[in-house]
Amino acid sequence: MIQLPCPWCGPRNVTEFSHEGEPATRPDPGTATPEQWRGYLYFRRNARGWTEETWYHSAGCRRFFRLRRDTVSNTALPAGERAEGSA
Amino acid sequence: MVIGNGSTNGQSRKNGNRRRNGKPSKYSAFSLLRHGLSQGADWPRAWREHPIRASYDVVIIGGGVHGLATAYYLAKNHGITNVAVLDKGYLGGGGSGRNTAILRSNYLTPEGVRFYDRSMQLYEHLAADLNFNVMFSRRGHLTLAHNDSSLRTMRWRAEVNKQQGVDSDVIDPNEIAKLVPYLETSPNTRYPILGALYHPPGGIIRHDAVVWGYARGADANGVHLHQNTEVTGIDVADGRVTGVRTRRGRIATGAVVNCTAGWSTIISDMAGVSMPVTTSPLQAAVTEPVRPFLDTVVVSGTLHVYVSQTDRGELVFGASVDPFTSYSMRGSLEFVEGLAGHVLELMPALSKMRLLRQWAGLCDMTPDYSPIMGPTEVDGFYVDVGWGTYGFKAGPVSGEAMAECVATKRTPEIIAAFPLSRFDAGELVGEKGAAAVGH
Repeated sequence: MIQLPCPWCGPRNVTEFSHEGEPATRPDPGTATPEQWRGYLYFRRNARGWTEETWYHSAGCRRFFRLRRDTVSNTALPAGERAEGSA
Repeated sequence: MVIGNGSTNGQSRKNGNRRRNGKPSKYSAFSLLRHGLSQGADWPRAWREHPIRASYDVVIIGGGVHGLATAYYLAKNHGITNVAVLDKGYLGGGGSGRNTAILRSNYLTPEGVRFYDRSMQLYEHLAADLNFNVMFSRRGHLTLAHNDSSLRTMRWRAEVNKQQGVDSDVIDPNEIAKLVPYLETSPNTRYPILGALYHPPGGIIRHDAVVWGYARGADANGVHLHQNTEVTGIDVADGRVTGVRTRRGRIATGAVVNCTAGWSTIISDMAGVSMPVTTSPLQAAVTEPVRPFLDTVVVSGTLHVYVSQTDRGELVFGASVDPFTSYSMRGSLEFVEGLAGHVLELMPALSKMRLLRQWAGLCDMTPDYSPIMGPTEVDGFYVDVGWGTYGFKAGPVSGEAMAECVATKRTPEIIAAFPLSRFDAGELVGEKGAAAVGH
């Protein structure tokens, strides 16, 4: 079972959450170039290993939060915490 | 039937060594009889092993159906035989051996229908073309509609299909019940079946046989297949590909084709090319074998499941991708629970069936559920990626088109709608309504 650390509810089963993905900053619509829009809309790192991402506790407290997850082992940590030996 | 797989296992070493670098013989009723009489002792290896050359004209990364088909058609259609296929594991160990082997061409966009239908045409003659029994079974494909909006999409797809000359039509629950007697078609279920898109040319195939057939065909035409050869870097100088670094040394080349599906962003990053792709696992499962009772492939988008019965009698179940990105190929209990519930909604008679095993494969999902094919901003670096949940059925046409693209340096018409640059122009080819069950 994969558990995710919700900052408000503690560790919960991944099925309670919705994956929002890698954080992307929305560019200013007034000044953004097509390349910036393309990057914001479609392009992601798709990291293999540790990555930071946004999740939504849809079947729990219904709040958004950040966490760090290893996409190979699916080990998850609160945002900002480093696992031993991780980049 | 024993089919040598070119790996270095210890059995029949004597024959293996003697035969390894001889050209594979043609399979026929006569050769089956002859090798049967000698109890299979001297079956030749299906493909050979070669030392890695210092340079190749084309290096294909990924030894699945896409990579092997590209190599095969490069050699067969264009005479380019100084080609290497590299795989970090064994041939067909990724998505090609993990999909549910369903073939169909009843897509939603005209571009998609034309493309997948060409693949169906190639699959139809593949066994004769490759001299390898790929066990293609044309048995009909049903996509169930459980609500009005699904039914509307089915009608839309049927009309697009018919216009492109693809046999496809919407049928009502009475006709569905005749085709699939064990399906729960009563109106008193949680998700009553309102109709279905019926696609008679759809079917299933033996996916490993397709991989082995293409590998054997590529090998016979002079292509080198290197297993256990992981790529660690791609050398780019002045915007041109100059070589590939592997765990077994560097290979100089001017053309690299990325056919690595779930791992495609890792390889593209090595060449400095960004991809609008995220990787998610898709889980599938298979039951114990039972007598044949299910003639067609049955798909339900609402219930996120597809079912077919193999020639051996096992039921193969597939699902939508897991709801988050990951490179993990471990199965989950949540998946089996959900799958079992959904299958029993469709076929309550299966409640006593036992699952034999479950597995996962990696899907490289694109924003529009269409692939990304052709050249990139790095000269000589080609991609055949973004295959999401629909890559296996596209193997032959992708190989044919990518081979033409690499050989002629022009993008063939049939893949003109799928360039990487479509995301700059906003010209997406929206196939989500026909390519995914989880929407």
